[in-house]
Amino acid sequence: MADLHFTDAVATDGEKAAVDLALGENSGLSLEGERVVRGGASRRRGLRHLLLPALHALQKESGWISPGGLNYVSEVLQVPPAESYGVASFYEMFRVDTEPGHDDDVVHVCIDAACRIDGADDLIASLEREGKHVHRSPCLGQCERPPAVFIQGRKKPDLVPADDDPFELPQAGDEGLRLLKRVGVVDPTSLESYREHGGYEALTKAIDMGADEVLAAITDSGLSGRGGAAFPTGIKWTAVRDAEGDEKHIVANCDESEPGTFKDRLVMENDPFALVEAMTIAAVTTGATNGWIYIRGEYPQATGRLENAIAQARDAGLLGDDVAGTGKAFHLEVRRGAGAYICGEETALFNSLEGFRGEPRNKPPFPTTNGLFDQPTVINNPETLLNILPIVLDGAEAYRSVGTDGSPGTRLFCVSGRVATPGLYEHAFGATLGEIIESAGGASGQVQAVLLGGAAGSFVTADSMDLPLTLEATREAGTTLGSGVVMVFNDDDDMADVCQRIAEFFKNESCGQCVPCRVGAIRQHEMIVAIGDRPMPADKRELHEDMVQVMADASICGLGHTAASAIKSALALGLIGANQ
Amino acid sequence: MTVTETAVTISVDGNDVSVPEGATILDACTAAGIDTPTICYGPTLTPVNACRVCVVELEGSRTLVPSCSRPAEEGMVVSTDSERVNHSRKMVLEFLGSGVDLSQADELNEWSAKYGAQPDRYDNPERMNEDVKIQDDLYVRDYDKCVLCYKCVSACGDDAQHTYAISMSGRGFGARIATEFDVTLPDSACVYCGNCVAVCPTNALQFKTEFDLREAENWRPEDQSVTTTICSYCGVGCNLELHTQDERIVKVTSPDDHSVTWGNLCIKGRFGWQYVHGDSDD
Repeated sequence: MADLHFTDAVATDGEKAAVDLALGENSGLSLEGERVVRGGASRRRGLRHLLLPALHALQKESGWISPGGLNYVSEVLQVPPAESYGVASFYEMFRVDTEPGHDDDVVHVCIDAACRIDGADDLIASLEREGKHVHRSPCLGQCERPPAVFIQGRKKPDLVPADDDPFELPQAGDEGLRLLKRVGVVDPTSLESYREHGGYEALTKAIDMGADEVLAAITDSGLSGRGGAAFPTGIKWTAVRDAEGDEKHIVANCDESEPGTFKDRLVMENDPFALVEAMTIAAVTTGATNGWIYIRGEYPQATGRLENAIAQARDAGLLGDDVAGTGKAFHLEVRRGAGAYICGEETALFNSLEGFRGEPRNKPPFPTTNGLFDQPTVINNPETLLNILPIVLDGAEAYRSVGTDGSPGTRLFCVSGRVATPGLYEHAFGATLGEIIESAGGASGQVQAVLLGGAAGSFVTADSMDLPLTLEATREAGTTLGSGVVMVFNDDDDMADVCQRIAEFFKNESCGQCVPCRVGAIRQHEMIVAIGDRPMPADKRELHEDMVQVMADASICGLGHTAASAIKSALALGLIGANQ
Repeated sequence: MTVTETAVTISVDGNDVSVPEGATILDACTAAGIDTPTICYGPTLTPVNACRVCVVELEGSRTLVPSCSRPAEEGMVVSTDSERVNHSRKMVLEFLGSGVDLSQADELNEWSAKYGAQPDRYDNPERMNEDVKIQDDLYVRDYDKCVLCYKCVSACGDDAQHTYAISMSGRGFGARIATEFDVTLPDSACVYCGNCVAVCPTNALQFKTEFDLREAENWRPEDQSVTTTICSYCGVGCNLELHTQDERIVKVTSPDDHSVTWGNLCIKGRFGWQYVHGDSDD
């Protein structure tokens, strides 16, 4: 291939076989001799979107992305090797520096807040004493069962040890559950069981209603995005339905990585068909023919259950060339991320899925017209999609019968930290912070602070227990619901340590593309480490305010906009830096 | 190229400015005679809007917007001199100054002075901390001076050369421009066109001739003259600008607005000039 230049490094037979297996029918060097490297938008087509699956295969085979392996993948997919390296080096789960020198699994242990205050350090020390290869990981999305562990298998499947424990929903049997009513009840591996619990009734009804009526119901319901940004779902779907384009996409943003968030994992693991059904409704409503579930790489059980659900739905004629006899095609597949918080940003997710670095795109243009592969795309959080089912089945009015005018319906809350029963809770919008904590058995110890909305959210104190957790009330109080995180800290917790870790998280997770975030995140971390548990001098406070402002004003995406907000709130509340 | 142009009128700092449809806010600012700082923007490159120094305030937008990439739309109301705009520009320049060697980034330093950047406000800031890479006789890569503006990546890739020898690698503050596994340029796909060097805003990429003269403390831009000629190697007709000092060629560029090159050259035009000097040992 005249267009690409490779170093002399050659892949091992094992690496070639692993990559070929991952690429299936697209494997092998079938394009030899043709000029296939293209410029501009056409580079987004071709086989490049298979880069991440191929890199996963290499990592699993060799424990790193070897130069020979990278050359092989680059040649098969016709991606310039420098760009493949740029992609591989972007992700936490891919090692590019040196050969590992062992054949062992890598044990990822979460060091973010909920695990940090509950034994992460001790676990890491004991694992290292045992000679395990430990990787200190950002939030693994298991905050209800700290300290979280994820095992990246070498030449064998990845594994989460805690997945072997029986799952029990704290609110099991509660009549008020809408989104979680099947969770812990239905057999998540069986389409038959899903149907016995009302599954696919919504799709049947949506097909009868037709697109206009479905879109009207969603718009009237007042449903807004549950990933953090709270964008009205009806507007999004309608825009994609109305957008011009031969091909449209439905993407489920299952790259749940906001520290403190685990709701999507539990839903995907325990009610995977619901996500598949909701995406299918989105497809027949908007005219999309392609669906993608982009799931974080550290969720092996959810990945397996979704793949199983897709296969069963396809066999039953509920996916594929003719969805439920409508004559409409919808092809759905699962793609794994590889450890990058930024890929939960919707445009970064598109780039990642397309085989580019997970760097956010500037908006506008928006995904509704220029999304995945530059085509019209609905991208929703799984919790948002779950809401579609009751809206279609029961109508907008019934949907709005709970919640507030500004925040209709229910919300999933990820309650973790110092509470009696950490876990996933569903509440009607309007429940106060105190009620939500009480539903989890109440706080243990004296509440020092509560982190709302995750690391990108902000701290509040025990004074805020009467705050209704609605979009409007949290906005008015200068905080956010974000992804539904309620993480409780008591008087024994070292907030200086927690804040240093939050700052470190953003330093590590900034993609590095824009200056305000790339430099702002590291300067914030340096400053918070330097302050420690001492008072913050006035000039440093002023400097931090300057950093907060430029990151919020001038960063490309939401990561930069919010990377300083938790620290800002901790300083304002005197959790750190206070004069004493 | 014949285009039937529709005009779009926007307000910039209270004055109406008309630009052709498809023009950016930056184009409108330029048309209005407003000097806008840019780092990652280049007239021949697709905007990546990564540096954020060209941000302006757009009425109705929660955040500031990058003027280099945002198309002007009828009725937009833009402020380029507001407190927020000046604050962000100052902070971007200050952030860069706190971690990057800007000693040869003259234009950037002028803006830093204009906007009042104070890079010394930070205690022990981590810096790029990179050694100079000298791997051949043509280029020097000094990533201690790199602001990660992506211009070299764009010039090597989709916007000019389609060689793709370099990419952004890593993440966050650890992000660096690199070949695969950081192999040397001679081992990479590099074809030594020098188009990356031509677009670098901070001299992180420079020609070896310039580097050697700077090392010898004999780089004297004020004593240099530029002669425009046409490359003698093939029939394409690329315009060359021969930069000479002490009657020796020290650098070759091509004008950004030249309709044949748009600033780009190949290895022959860029580096094949030693014969001019007639030195048998060159």
